[in-house]
Amino acid sequence: MKEMLNVALPKGRLGEKVYAMFARAGFECPSIEENNRKLIFENEEKMVRYFWVKPSDVAIYVERGAADIGVVGKDILLEYQPDIYELLDLDIGKCRMAVAAKADFHDDGMRTLRVATKFANIAKNYYASQGREIDIIHLNGSIEIAPILGLSDVIVDIVETGTTLRENNLVVNETIVPISARLIANKASFKFKSEPIERIANSLAEQKGEAK
Amino acid sequence: MKEWSSVLKNEELAVLELRRLYRERGYAQFKMSKFEEYELYVRNKNFLVSDHVITFTDAGGKLMALKPDVTLSIVKNSKLQAGCVQRLYYDEKVYRASRTDHSFREIPQVGLECLGDIDDFAILEVLTLAAKSLACISEDYVLDISHLGLLSALLDAMPLSDTAKDAIVSCIGEKNLHGILKICEDEGICAEQAEDLRALVSTYGPAERVLPILEARFGKGEAAEALGQLRKLCRSLSEMLPAGCIRLDFSVVSDLNYYNGIVFKGFIKGIPSGILSGGQYDKLMSRMGKRAGAVGFAVYLDLLEELYRKTGTGYDVDVLLLYSDADAPGTVQARIDALIGEGYTVSAQKSCPEKLKYRTLVRMNEKEGAKQ
Repeated sequence: MKEMLNVALPKGRLGEKVYAMFARAGFECPSIEENNRKLIFENEEKMVRYFWVKPSDVAIYVERGAADIGVVGKDILLEYQPDIYELLDLDIGKCRMAVAAKADFHDDGMRTLRVATKFANIAKNYYASQGREIDIIHLNGSIEIAPILGLSDVIVDIVETGTTLRENNLVVNETIVPISARLIANKASFKFKSEPIERIANSLAEQKGEAK
Repeated sequence: MKEWSSVLKNEELAVLELRRLYRERGYAQFKMSKFEEYELYVRNKNFLVSDHVITFTDAGGKLMALKPDVTLSIVKNSKLQAGCVQRLYYDEKVYRASRTDHSFREIPQVGLECLGDIDDFAILEVLTLAAKSLACISEDYVLDISHLGLLSALLDAMPLSDTAKDAIVSCIGEKNLHGILKICEDEGICAEQAEDLRALVSTYGPAERVLPILEARFGKGEAAEALGQLRKLCRSLSEMLPAGCIRLDFSVVSDLNYYNGIVFKGFIKGIPSGILSGGQYDKLMSRMGKRAGAVGFAVYLDLLEELYRKTGTGYDVDVLLLYSDADAPGTVQARIDALIGEGYTVSAQKSCPEKLKYRTLVRMNEKEGAKQ
């Protein structure tokens, strides 16, 4: 018996873009385009069910099998290291994980570096690879004000255009890693629903090639 | 066994089935204490699934640990005899930190280890038992098999730093082709070698489809030897096991410092992650000073909850029997016995407990009661 394929999409512009790619892959679900506050949408004919979730939660839904596949930023994968398959780099939602600080900040390496971030693991791993001692200050938002108020020396955060940093008189010191959206799959789902998952992955790869 | 099936949870029944399976094939039970000297784990830290271990100092001042693993203790205590194989199974609890919230959990684990003169028959036996273990739990299972000899042959031929090698192995485990190609590009690996890795990871499925593709690509040296062993094993497995349950998938990887040869992972439909994991670990044996080979696997029983969560009856008891002070105790007891005799579970109460979920309400003065 054919089973429903559950897809976790990140709420927002990225998710809408990704849904359009899934629809072009033959997994359309017209009800998702209706303007309402529903979070789950189903197309029984195509055997696909989409749900909108918070972007940072997509990996959890997929890892725990509530969703068979999903689309998530590489930043989330690096931070939480979920046990999933990372099938494709979609090359959309591009940005970078970077270290930023006040323009006049100079790290002389003599003191523990105070790092404000939402991405504690990424920051920890990055500085560990350099043998640099740091003090992580975990914040949930408005990271940019931490160096201005003297709460931290630097921040580790996602930089898209750099406008927010510039407006807060911060500059990027180092790029840690480039970020983009990835197609991920639950490992067990990949075994038991391989046909539709591969079909989607192949189509998305082709669409990516065409877009270039 | 049948009479216990109404009392035992599905998880408990599965454990008994697995124990029977291993016992029938001459595996002896390995029993161990909850504690083991911490030093054993420090020396083999990377072999452990999680490097967080609960430690304490015992009365004699020795640093001890609540066991996070059983295999290391089995290897340590193994009594090996040249030309023979020691077959052991275990049904133990291990203590590991959760990857998500880092809190410690007690995890029930059943598994087996085959140590000594490991030949193709021993590996085939362990693979067969792994498949049968999965079949004991559900007919909808997949056993993915890989061969680290093939992966090692490819990686050893590349001028990679240890960090890059680890990163590639990690990408292979994620089927992350774009990640593999990026690392190869950064490390200056030639396009053909990068393509070899890409072919290895992207070719998966039934042996009859996968092997010809890989044999055409990796026709000589260690890689060809590994493929030859896989071919022999898969042929034997296909004669014994249902079609479609055994697949080759080279994204199954383990630490190359401990494992070598065949590695495998088992999946059950309805459980979101691999429930069985195993492989050949001759390198661990050698690191622990044992001149012998070894192969084994573990079944993570905590994951069975995921499968059976959906199969509960939704009731605490079949029959709620309401009696009053006017009923003679002996009559109440006789009614309970009669209901149990009919195959029901019964709770006798004077009034209905607030949170008790029952299928049928029976009053002592009625033959049959209202249904809830």
